[in-house]
Amino acid sequence: MELRLEHLTKVFTDKTGKETRAVDDLDIVITSGKLIALLGPSGCGKSTTLFMIAGLHKPTSGKIWFGEDEVTKLAPEKRGIGLVFQNYALYPHMTVRQNIMFPLENLRISRDEAISRMEEMAKLVGISELMERKPSQLSGGQQQRVAIARALVKKPRVLLLDEPLSNLDARLRLQMREEIKRIQRETGITTIFVTHDQEEAMSISDEMVVLNNGVKQQVEKPQIMYNHPINLFVAKFLGNPPINIFEGEVKQGMLYANEAPLGKVGAPDGQYHVGIRPEDFNIDANGFDVTITEIFHIGRDTLIHFQENGQDVRALVESDSIEEGVNHVKLSVKPAKIHLFEIESETVVAHD
Amino acid sequence: MIRIQNALWEIRNWFRGITNAVADFLKNHKMGFLVNWPGWLKAIVFLAPALTLLGIFTFYPIVNAFRLVGFVGYRVIDGVEQATGYTVFGNFITVITEDNFILPSSHTQSSVLINTLIIVLISVPLSVIISLMVAVALNSIKPLRSFFQTIYFLPYVTNSIAIGLVFAYMFRSGNSGLVNRMLSVFGVDPITWIERGATFWKAMFVLLIYGTWGALAFKIMVFMTSIQGIDKQYYQAAAIDNTSKWRIFSKITVPLISPMIFYIVITSVIGAFKTYETVIAIFGNTGAPAGATYTLKTIVFYIYDYLNVSAPGNLSLAAASSIVLFAFILVLTLIQMQVGKKRIHY
Repeated sequence: MELRLEHLTKVFTDKTGKETRAVDDLDIVITSGKLIALLGPSGCGKSTTLFMIAGLHKPTSGKIWFGEDEVTKLAPEKRGIGLVFQNYALYPHMTVRQNIMFPLENLRISRDEAISRMEEMAKLVGISELMERKPSQLSGGQQQRVAIARALVKKPRVLLLDEPLSNLDARLRLQMREEIKRIQRETGITTIFVTHDQEEAMSISDEMVVLNNGVKQQVEKPQIMYNHPINLFVAKFLGNPPINIFEGEVKQGMLYANEAPLGKVGAPDGQYHVGIRPEDFNIDANGFDVTITEIFHIGRDTLIHFQENGQDVRALVESDSIEEGVNHVKLSVKPAKIHLFEIESETVVAHD
Repeated sequence: MIRIQNALWEIRNWFRGITNAVADFLKNHKMGFLVNWPGWLKAIVFLAPALTLLGIFTFYPIVNAFRLVGFVGYRVIDGVEQATGYTVFGNFITVITEDNFILPSSHTQSSVLINTLIIVLISVPLSVIISLMVAVALNSIKPLRSFFQTIYFLPYVTNSIAIGLVFAYMFRSGNSGLVNRMLSVFGVDPITWIERGATFWKAMFVLLIYGTWGALAFKIMVFMTSIQGIDKQYYQAAAIDNTSKWRIFSKITVPLISPMIFYIVITSVIGAFKTYETVIAIFGNTGAPAGATYTLKTIVFYIYDYLNVSAPGNLSLAAASSIVLFAFILVLTLIQMQVGKKRIHY
């Protein structure tokens, strides 16, 4: 089922009458059967958006469409959604079985069907042997699975996940990431999940929506967005270590940073924000010369720091290519890997 | 503001300097033990005031009660204890077999034990259920919530004797009583509630209404706070799953506050067993409507009767009956604890 948000806006008013636009004029179309990540820093309105889709928050204006049905004013229980909360919200006094049965008991289905659905779901998420435990006797990852099973067991039209992995430790997070992807693929359910972790979003989602201050920045497939960020915010938000940003000038098709030429670009002359990802630097005898200020060996790669136009710049190069004790190195960047952003609007400038 | 905070900071430093100086002085003069008290000694010092008061007014009377049961014809004359004899079970047997304690005597309809049990078994469940409902209802409304909270809390801060007098006035006979006048709107003839000629159940009804209503305030407050302590996400999750109001109440709210409900039930059962001032407030110290052939006295009322100064010499019987009351409460509480273990979700 396709999900559409039209001009969705949420304004919170506090006691002093001060207004906060948590979500601002959001237009998104979410393709049926896809796994979509709502990505942004904390306070960017991603959870608010999710709760509006769930019906727990009322939008100030705008519309929400589930396929052909407008659900903007529909109560949460009538929308047919499954929601997994950040801290799972499993009922602590019920066993896993009772927790998963709970949504089914509210449906008008036979008990046999309910039990078979519950068992099927428990098998899908891999908790069949834990059915008699209480949530407090489960690990974080197991609780997460139960929460997903509880959300999916009533066969919702959309599955919503609110920061599903934030309460798990690093190793479990990687594992659950793949689990969520697998469960989503097996059920084919349209899934929206909220996260502030760009790596998490990039690794499992079919498409990402980046939000900042309630405003949509870019909607794109992860790798495309990574390689072609639409503005400075998206460029900075994606990638670890983060993209290097410094000021540069284009003069006659050549990009200079503080008079030092960096490479050829096809942009009009002028001042720009230059963005280059650390991994896009290559050791190249014909490149520009940099003075290494710091050097970190991190196994396969080596992270070198140098100054570029007053900014600290990081470059990730192969460990073999750097000899011990050198403090000068020549680097180059492929023109396609240089991102130029306008100084004022911070939007990307296309160049060849 | 900052100046005051700075000044306070300086004062605190000054005091710290003094305490450090005193501690150093004592340590240097081989009196370090005055500074480094062991933990248990500190605990005793801090607990001492409370323990003293508890000892005088709680522990000593309890021990003394067990001592007094052993006497026959116990009296204190000019500060000297006198007794005509000693017994082990004698006073208990006297109390238990006495008319109106456990079994109603031939010409009456009730005994103090029956009265107390009626109050416990009716007013406790009733007040727990009503206060739970009120707490849930109050939590689900936003406007006027604090207004209603205040109204429901008023009985708690009002003197129970005063409320009893108001109740007695409301339930007056004929058309002068407020309750009768309200009933007359529905065409009900005036009822004699608590005055001469009132039947046992009518008088008991007033007593139960008063007891239940008076007990609501504290319970509502406790339930409201514990309901507010429940994570909102459970309710959001339930809402998404299309859960009915009743199921949310019975499957989520009640189980999650069950430790509090358990606590309230235990304390209010004990409280109801000790009912006394509600009877006094409505019926005075006869413990029944004028000319009644029954009594509305409770066990505690009965104990106080033994302590009556105009008929001295019954102190041992008072002690015996209070121990009987203690035994009732203990047994009932133990049963509740057993039931609670299986039903409470901590």
